[in-house]
Amino acid sequence: MTDTTQSIMPAGPVIKGKLSRDDIIMRGSMIIIALYLVVSLVFPLYAMLSKSFSTYRVELSQYEFQVSDEAGQFNGSIWTGAELNMRSGTFGDAELSTGADGRLPVTGFFPDFSFRSPVMYQIRNTSDTGRFLIGSNLQTGTEWVTLDSNTFRRVQLRPVKAQGIDNFVSYFSTPALFNSIKNSLWIAVLSTVVTVSLAFWFAYALNRSCMKYKGVFRLIAMAPILVPSLLPGIALVYLFGNQGMIKDLLFGASIYGPIGIVIGSVFFTFPHAFIIISTALAISDARLYEAAASLRSTPWRTFWTVTVPGARYGLISAAFVVFNLVITDFGLPKVIGGQFNVLAVDIYKQVIGQQNFEMGAVVSVVLVIPAILAFAIDRMVQSKQVALLSARSVPYEPQPNKKMDRIFFAYCTLIGLFIAGLLAVCQFAALIKFWPYDLSFSLNNYQFDKMDGGGWGSYANSIKLALMTAVAGTAVVFFGAYLVEKSKGFRTGRAIFQMFAMLPMAIPGMVLGLAYIFFFNNPANPLNAIYGTMAILVVCTVTHFYTVSHLTAVTALKQMDREFESVAASLKQPTMKLFARVTVPVCLPAVLDISIYLFVNAMTTVSAVVFLYSPKTTLASIAVLNMDDAGDIAPAAAMGMMIFYTNALARIIHLLASRGILRRTQAWRSR
Amino acid sequence: MTQKASFLTALAFTMTAASAAFAETELTVYTAVEAEDLARYAETFNQSHPDIKINWVRDSTGIITAKLLAERDNPQADVVWGLAATSLLLLKSEGMLEPYAPAGVDQLDPKFVDGDNPPSWVGMDAWVASVCYNTVEAEKLGLTPPASWKDLTDPQYAGHVIMPNPNSSGTGFLDVSSWLQMFGEEEGWKFMDALHENIARYTHSGSKPCKLAAAGEIPIGISFAFRGAKSKAAGAPLEIIVPSEGVGWDMEATAIVAGTANLEAAQTLVDFTVTKEANEMYNTGYAVVAYPGVAKPVEHFPEGLLDAMIDNDFEFAANNRAAILKEWQARYDGKSEAK
Repeated sequence: MTDTTQSIMPAGPVIKGKLSRDDIIMRGSMIIIALYLVVSLVFPLYAMLSKSFSTYRVELSQYEFQVSDEAGQFNGSIWTGAELNMRSGTFGDAELSTGADGRLPVTGFFPDFSFRSPVMYQIRNTSDTGRFLIGSNLQTGTEWVTLDSNTFRRVQLRPVKAQGIDNFVSYFSTPALFNSIKNSLWIAVLSTVVTVSLAFWFAYALNRSCMKYKGVFRLIAMAPILVPSLLPGIALVYLFGNQGMIKDLLFGASIYGPIGIVIGSVFFTFPHAFIIISTALAISDARLYEAAASLRSTPWRTFWTVTVPGARYGLISAAFVVFNLVITDFGLPKVIGGQFNVLAVDIYKQVIGQQNFEMGAVVSVVLVIPAILAFAIDRMVQSKQVALLSARSVPYEPQPNKKMDRIFFAYCTLIGLFIAGLLAVCQFAALIKFWPYDLSFSLNNYQFDKMDGGGWGSYANSIKLALMTAVAGTAVVFFGAYLVEKSKGFRTGRAIFQMFAMLPMAIPGMVLGLAYIFFFNNPANPLNAIYGTMAILVVCTVTHFYTVSHLTAVTALKQMDREFESVAASLKQPTMKLFARVTVPVCLPAVLDISIYLFVNAMTTVSAVVFLYSPKTTLASIAVLNMDDAGDIAPAAAMGMMIFYTNALARIIHLLASRGILRRTQAWRSR
Repeated sequence: MTQKASFLTALAFTMTAASAAFAETELTVYTAVEAEDLARYAETFNQSHPDIKINWVRDSTGIITAKLLAERDNPQADVVWGLAATSLLLLKSEGMLEPYAPAGVDQLDPKFVDGDNPPSWVGMDAWVASVCYNTVEAEKLGLTPPASWKDLTDPQYAGHVIMPNPNSSGTGFLDVSSWLQMFGEEEGWKFMDALHENIARYTHSGSKPCKLAAAGEIPIGISFAFRGAKSKAAGAPLEIIVPSEGVGWDMEATAIVAGTANLEAAQTLVDFTVTKEANEMYNTGYAVVAYPGVAKPVEHFPEGLLDAMIDNDFEFAANNRAAILKEWQARYDGKSEAK
């Protein structure tokens, strides 16, 4: 018995692999990029969250009052504001908690107040933080101020900062604001259902039929990605507005409201849904269809039992992506939403219209919840996906079917017309002199320098931003993905990094932009200097579009065997050399894809940068918004189309460049 | 040949150096003045002061005010040139303005100058509410032109009126505050309740209703006279109506932002903004300017606009702004969902 205890050997020291210089460099770099994400994402979001709990409250106990008799003599009795309010019952608790801009008049404390009476009043702050106004002059001192009755009625108490959930209470008790949650969800669900069904049949036609001109349809379906989300809104105004070309099709309903938002949302989310569903439908096992046919299943039944289940992950994923895009979009409802309030526009109205940053932060927090939920569910579903294709699968090849092919062709033509039509309307509107009274063509609408929004300079800025985002973003994202994918050990660190990299997807652009104001426009922040520069726009845009770029990079890197690192190590070659000489060239297709993705999105983004641009960094996409806002709708359409052409050109250059570069760097792939 | 070339290069160098030396100070100027006027303003100023370069930050009144308030602890602007006096009063009550009496301020109409000494802001021009009425579209719909604000509540205009949302537009707010001042609180809200029944939608910007009326998108846009006159000059079939009860107005004004690093240049600019020359410049678009005797009639401006301007109480507007907007939002925002 005693022997057993003795036979146990004392635990030896835990053996740890020695960290090589390479490992240290890699971990160090990973920490640096992780720090970038912390500073550009986590800290700003924290600043915003704390802002949503920062309230303004009039502290009545911070003021003291004295009243004289008719002869102007003060008898020395002093009351605090709190005592006076208790006695007169002027203000309830809800009235004391107010916004940053709140003011409270004080005459209500004195029931027998008359501005004609000779009675004098004295007022003072009891602490240095107290603030009140006489007229519009701020008083912060603690000495007594003597005022006659007529001046005393101009006294307004100002609130001081406090902490609490008052903002949330007031949000949920304001029906105008609260309603937006319902509106946003309703619009997002409806758009999701419509877009996913339309995109499914479109993708089905392109992957499972033998109709002609598939390449053209694919190209048209991708076009909406190249324009800001608010451009379809402008096209819809020209089509269905009160002077619209085909407004009778709406049978008297107004395009300004949910109808417009849904049609526009379908337009701009269509390519996103199409890509995802198309990927899901692209490959399928022909044996399943053979089995169905030999079991004498009808095509309809086969469709529901084979095709749809095979594509279910794609459908679910597409649905959540569309839902997220619609609920967080700001440009479209701003242009065509009319009086139909949605969350994203509420943030803008609270911040820009009422200067109520705290309430803006509250709406942001509310908006983040459905966005994060949708994102989390999508990730969960994705992780359940298993390979449908095994080594023994036979790829499915569609068979010609004249009747079906014709139906699909007609269907795709309709969708194609819808997409190309909206773009054509914008271009047409941009060239008309003065719709609808002077229909001659002119280039007047291209004189951007005479309009709001920064003129042609903002177009140049946008290109600059897009290029900088593409270069800097690709470098940071790809290097970060490499480090997290290929470094050894350090599991916790890598897991945390992955989490940070996924987070931006769930954060709406408006929220990110607002969070940046709170974080970067704080004089105590050493990074304050980048506020108002191009740098903050680049940082914001890179962070906003980090996740998709990161996933692209990770997918490409996963295809490379870890053996490369081992071989490099055994040859005593530093990892960084391997990265530059082998990894980057091999993954070049993915690197180019990331850069064009960042370029196009930097050209079209509105929501993330609308709070952050400055006079020297106005952007083309913001110019579209501002020109539309000022009523210059035709120039807005003109600028929107400039963005479209620029992005289309960038895509073509990207295509040509990748062909040329790939031929040289990817020669090893073909034998 | 080479000598000549090198001389030319040298000359070119001296010239660039000289122009660089001239444009020594850069001022960041926040403004809500219409974009098309800004280049002209800067040009006129630079004719007499080539050494100060103006960097404009232009946006609508609400946005610029929001920006300034957001930057309260870290001001980015040196000067505010052309922002609603109501907004400047807000900034003043936050202690964000540097009081300064510009040279020649005594020449101005005292109504246009802040009451304190030295004044925190000085006015430029007045910016008057009006109704833009598209005669072609109205005729198609069989409408009769309204003569007063109260007329606009007539059921015949249901769905045919657009006005700016006071929560984001300075013009919208001056309309609302003028109705409350003219009709009294209770009557004013009653009027807006009735008007709301006729409103097709509220826009974010103050000039948009008139531009929409000019484009025939809506027959009646509540906007400001200056915008209407411009659209009319551009060929829109507009009539600019001055409602008989009187019209609200706000002042565009100038102020120095406290804590500016370029105080001297800022003072030079503000000195310029009160000169007769500057006021003549404002007069191109605004019928009412701060310098007495300068104003010449502006083309397409409605008659009787000056007499219709109400006796505006800016302090009332600034101090009740938060409360008015809250009330307005509770009554009209979101209640009017399109269905």
